[in-house]
Amino acid sequence: MRGQEALLDMWKTLGVAATEGQALGESSRQEPGTAAGPLAAAVVAEPVRSHVQAVRFSVFYRSNQAVKNVSLDMPVGRVTAIIGPSGCGKSTFLRAINRMNDLVPGCRTEGQLMLDGQDLYAQEVDVVTLRRRVGMVFQKPNPFPKSVFDNVAYGPRLHGALNRGALAETVERSLVSAALWDEVKDRLDENALGLSGGQQQRLCIARALAVDPEVLLMDEPTSALDPRATLRIEDLIGELAGKYTIIIVTHNMQQASRVSDFTAFMYEGVLIEFGATQDVFTKPREKQTEDYITGRFG
Amino acid sequence: MRVHLQRDVDKLKRQILMMSAEVENDLRMAVRGVEDRDEALARNVIAREPLIDRMEVDIEEDCLKILALHQPVAADLRYIVSVLKINQDLERIGDLAVHIAECGLHLAGPPLISTPFRLGEMADKAQAMLRKVLDAFVNLNSAAAREVCAADGEIDEINRETSRQVRKAVAHDPALLDPLLQIMHISRHLERIADHVTNVAEDLIYLIEGRIVRHTAEVSAGGPNAVVLNALSQEKLNGILHAG
Repeated sequence: MRGQEALLDMWKTLGVAATEGQALGESSRQEPGTAAGPLAAAVVAEPVRSHVQAVRFSVFYRSNQAVKNVSLDMPVGRVTAIIGPSGCGKSTFLRAINRMNDLVPGCRTEGQLMLDGQDLYAQEVDVVTLRRRVGMVFQKPNPFPKSVFDNVAYGPRLHGALNRGALAETVERSLVSAALWDEVKDRLDENALGLSGGQQQRLCIARALAVDPEVLLMDEPTSALDPRATLRIEDLIGELAGKYTIIIVTHNMQQASRVSDFTAFMYEGVLIEFGATQDVFTKPREKQTEDYITGRFG
Repeated sequence: MRVHLQRDVDKLKRQILMMSAEVENDLRMAVRGVEDRDEALARNVIAREPLIDRMEVDIEEDCLKILALHQPVAADLRYIVSVLKINQDLERIGDLAVHIAECGLHLAGPPLISTPFRLGEMADKAQAMLRKVLDAFVNLNSAAAREVCAADGEIDEINRETSRQVRKAVAHDPALLDPLLQIMHISRHLERIADHVTNVAEDLIYLIEGRIVRHTAEVSAGGPNAVVLNALSQEKLNGILHAG
C-alpha cells in the first residue's frame, strides 16, 4: 500500500495529474530546470502569483472601443498566449502592456492594467523605466542598421552606460539566452541586417533581454519566419519561460497550443475565455472558442 | 482546411457505424448459434472475424491520418480520439462473439445438456447494452451512455451466479465437465462484452462532455451538473459533428 502511494506521488510529481479544474494556481507545467523529485511537486503545487493583471481594462481609439472591459491575470514566469481573429483587440491589448499605444492620437484607456500590482497608467509611471521592465518583440524582425554587438548593447547603453567589460558580458549573456551566441560570436562587428530572418528575430529577442526585463511581449514573433526558424523561436520561448513572464499574440493556434501554459481567446475586443491551454484546446467552455479553434468561424 | 477535415470525419463516421452494425450482427448470430445449436451459424460468425479485423485497422489508419494531417482540437479532437478507442472495443467485442460461436460449436454436439442457467437473459442484456450505446453514439446522448454504464453491474451479477451454479453442477455430475465449462466460458465472454460496451459508453461521455469519467463513482450517479453540461455540450456537438 505504501509503495502504491509513493508511486502515485511520483506520478503527480511529473505534473501529469494536475489537470482537472485547473485554476491559475495549478498549472501542470513543470518549472524549467527543476528535477522531477519531491521538490518539483512542491513547485507545481505552489500558487502562481499574477504578474500582469488587467482589471476591467478598455482601450479606445477615439470613439472606437478596441478592448472592452478585459479582466485577466497573467501569471509570473508562465507563457500566456492571446489568440483571436484579426481585429479582435489582441495586439492592442498586448501593446497596452508597455504603453506602445501612448503615441497613437486619440487613444485612451479605462480600467486598470497592473504590473506587480502597480497601475501602468498611473501619472507617476516613467514609461522608459516601464519599457525596460517590459520588453517587446515584433512581428517583423527590426534590428537597427548597426553591428550585432551594438544592437544588443543599445538598451544597456541607453539605461546608463556600463564599462566595456560589463557591457560585453551583458551582450554575450543576452545572445546566449536568445540561442544566437554560437552563430554570431565571430561576427559581432558585422551589420545585423546581414543575418537571416530567424537570426534577426533572435537578435531582437537578445536586444530585449539585454536590459533584463521581467515581462516579454511577443506580437506574432514568427509570422515572418520559415518553419525551421519558427521552431527555433518556439524552443527559445520554452527556455525563457520560468525566467520571464511571456505574453504572446499569435495567429497560429498550433503555436499557441505548443508554447503556452495559458490561453486567452478574444473576439471583438471582449475576452471570451481564459484558461489552462490544455483545457482550452481539448474542452473549451465557450462555443465561440470552440468555433474559432476548430475553424468553424463565421 | 475545414472542408477537408469535415469530409474525412464524415467518412470516419460512416465507417465506425458500419463496423458497429457488423459487430452487433456477429454477436446476435453467435448467441443464436448457441441457443439453437446451429453449427452453420456459428461457423459463419467465425469466418467473419477477418472482416472485423480489417475494419478496425482501416479505421485506426484513418484516425491517425486525420490526427497527422488536420491536427484537430476541441470537439474534433475528442471525436477522433473516442473513435480510436471505441474502434478497439468494438473489435474486441467482435472477437468475443467469435469465442462464443466457438463455444457454440462445442455445445452443438453430444452430450446435449439443458441449461438452467440465465445465459439467455444475460445475452439479451448484453445485446441491449450494445444497441443502446450505439444509439447513444449516433445521437450523442450522454444520459443514455450513463444508463449503459449503470447496467453493467447486473451482468456481472449473473456471471457470478452462473459461476456458482456451474461449480455445483460439476460437483454433481463430473461427466458433464466439458459442456459446463463451455457454459462458463460463454458467461465470461458475455460479461467481458458488457465491460467493453461500458468502455464505449465512457468514451462517449468523454466525447460529449470532455471529462474522463473512467474509474470514478460519478458514472452511474450522473449528478445535476452533468445534466446541465449535457444539454450545453450536446447542442454544441450536434451543431459541430452533424454539420456536414
